[in-house]
Amino acid sequence: MLQSKFKSLTPRNDVLSFVVLAVLLLVLLPLLFDIFRLNLIGKYLTFAFVAIGLVLSWGLGGILSLGQGIFFGIGGYAMAMFLKLEASTPENTAIQSTPGIPDFMDWNQLTALPWFWEPFHSFGFTLVAIIVLPAIFAYIIGAAMFKRRVGGVYFAIITQAIAAILTILIIGQQGYTGGVNGITDLRTLLGWDIRTDSAKYILYFVNAILLLAVLVAAQYIRKSKLGRLLVAMRDSEDRVRFSGYDVDNYKIFIFCIAGIFSSIGGAMFTLQVGFMSPSLIGIVPSIEMVIFAAVGGNLSIFGAVYGALIVNWAKTILSESYPEVWLFAMGALFIAVVLAFPKGLAGLYETYLQPKVDKLLDKKLKKDKAE
Amino acid sequence: MYQQKDFVLSVEGLTVSFDGFKAVNNVSFYIEEQEIRVIIGPNGAGKTTILDLICGKTKSTEGSIKFKGKELTKLREHEIVHAGVGRKFQNPSIYEDLTVFENLELSYPKGKKVWGALTFTRDQAVIDKVNEIAEMIFLKEMLQSKASLLSHGQKQWLEIGMLLIQDPELLMLDEPVAGMSVSERKQTAALLQKITQDRSVLVIEHDMHFVEEIADRVTVMHQGQVLSEGSMDHVQSDPKVIEVYLGH
Repeated sequence: MLQSKFKSLTPRNDVLSFVVLAVLLLVLLPLLFDIFRLNLIGKYLTFAFVAIGLVLSWGLGGILSLGQGIFFGIGGYAMAMFLKLEASTPENTAIQSTPGIPDFMDWNQLTALPWFWEPFHSFGFTLVAIIVLPAIFAYIIGAAMFKRRVGGVYFAIITQAIAAILTILIIGQQGYTGGVNGITDLRTLLGWDIRTDSAKYILYFVNAILLLAVLVAAQYIRKSKLGRLLVAMRDSEDRVRFSGYDVDNYKIFIFCIAGIFSSIGGAMFTLQVGFMSPSLIGIVPSIEMVIFAAVGGNLSIFGAVYGALIVNWAKTILSESYPEVWLFAMGALFIAVVLAFPKGLAGLYETYLQPKVDKLLDKKLKKDKAE
Repeated sequence: MYQQKDFVLSVEGLTVSFDGFKAVNNVSFYIEEQEIRVIIGPNGAGKTTILDLICGKTKSTEGSIKFKGKELTKLREHEIVHAGVGRKFQNPSIYEDLTVFENLELSYPKGKKVWGALTFTRDQAVIDKVNEIAEMIFLKEMLQSKASLLSHGQKQWLEIGMLLIQDPELLMLDEPVAGMSVSERKQTAALLQKITQDRSVLVIEHDMHFVEEIADRVTVMHQGQVLSEGSMDHVQSDPKVIEVYLGH
């Protein structure tokens, strides 16, 4: 019984994709690249968390959020606040007029730590917040929209507006949030210096393993009845509703899951890159995240990872040499994906490569049996 | 006065107005246990709106809908389904990207809450039930095909099958034979005869031969109101009905 359930969760092709990806992330990339490049790859992979969430909510469920930066930011800021407080010991900040508070607060004439910063002294609270805060936030947005039957384009626009509002709020409240510069100069995690090369290696592997864990969770959801329900809702929402399901709850649930995944990505971004700023949560980054999922293939959780890797890689290379071209290239890429290969890289793989892989696997299995 | 408990469904003084236009105006009718009731009427008479009101897709402005003594007008859509009302839409609405098996499985009355759906396992009871229903709706051979590959008639059957697996006490069908070929129509009539045995059925249909074949009683609607009600013969000889269908 349990075994058959496990089998239904792990079709051969998905196992293969998972193993290939795990080898790539845990063995090949670390061997091929120096720590500078590997750290960059780690940064790209934090966006894969968001893209996987988008595959579930948008690809499967048809709920397009153009504001996933919100949740990336929640996780990122939660982690950044913890790290900033740890970096702002009275000794480190002795030259400030109020020692013991983050530097940007001092520059903005704050004389005490704001109340909502207080709990971020605790690492345990921070970890819980990275999971629970995005879930609460997504629940509120989801309940407000889906219970009123707001969906489709309207939902996309509203999530985008919320991302814009959040950015403006953070930039405007400089004394509380670090403003447009974000929260910078992060040094240690529980006394462990995160800026050294060895720390960067360890964080890369923590990130990669978390990503693989999120993939397993996503695979479980995709292969459960809930995953099939999401597809059904995308096809014919009324039929699902009049088959006795409270459709709104399912939408809220998957939106929360996508939010939590994004938040984990955001927290890992802060740890690996060493800062968090509003430039990562606004309209443009939120749309970029959708493009990662689209390029990878919005129905494939594995495609999402490759999409995030490849598009970010291209972004780095292009913007190193022609920074002004990048936004146009990104727009062109999105149009090309939608028009020419709507199922993204995963779709191309399924059409051209998978039949060959299947043949090979069949041959191999037969041979094993014969022996 | 009728005794309330004798009726599966009692609709009383039902009215809905869209910006002042009364699509359904003060409609009352009663459906008995195991009765097959057909609603007929010209386009725009408010037939589909009545089904929308009963299953909660549209909220009524006035009046009451009681199902086994339970007021439906205050319930949400999925609660009405759980109370025992099933509805088939006019255009076949099925899940094109899923297989026939998965389409039927999603209607199986288990794991309807978020947590239940996450932990749902496809046990033997589910498989048996799906197979049984697939046999009934002539789709046994197609279980593993994508639903998008079915013909129009097969899609209609699939949706009927999805309702059967829910096992509702009141089954509402909106033009179940529309767009079907002659042979499909015959099969459907036989299917309906079979599945309507243990439940009450409310059907909207245009095809008069088909109506004659299946209806216990007929309600004729015109411009949002009930024009006539009774057996097929009674309705057909009613001068008001003749006026509406043949007059002007």
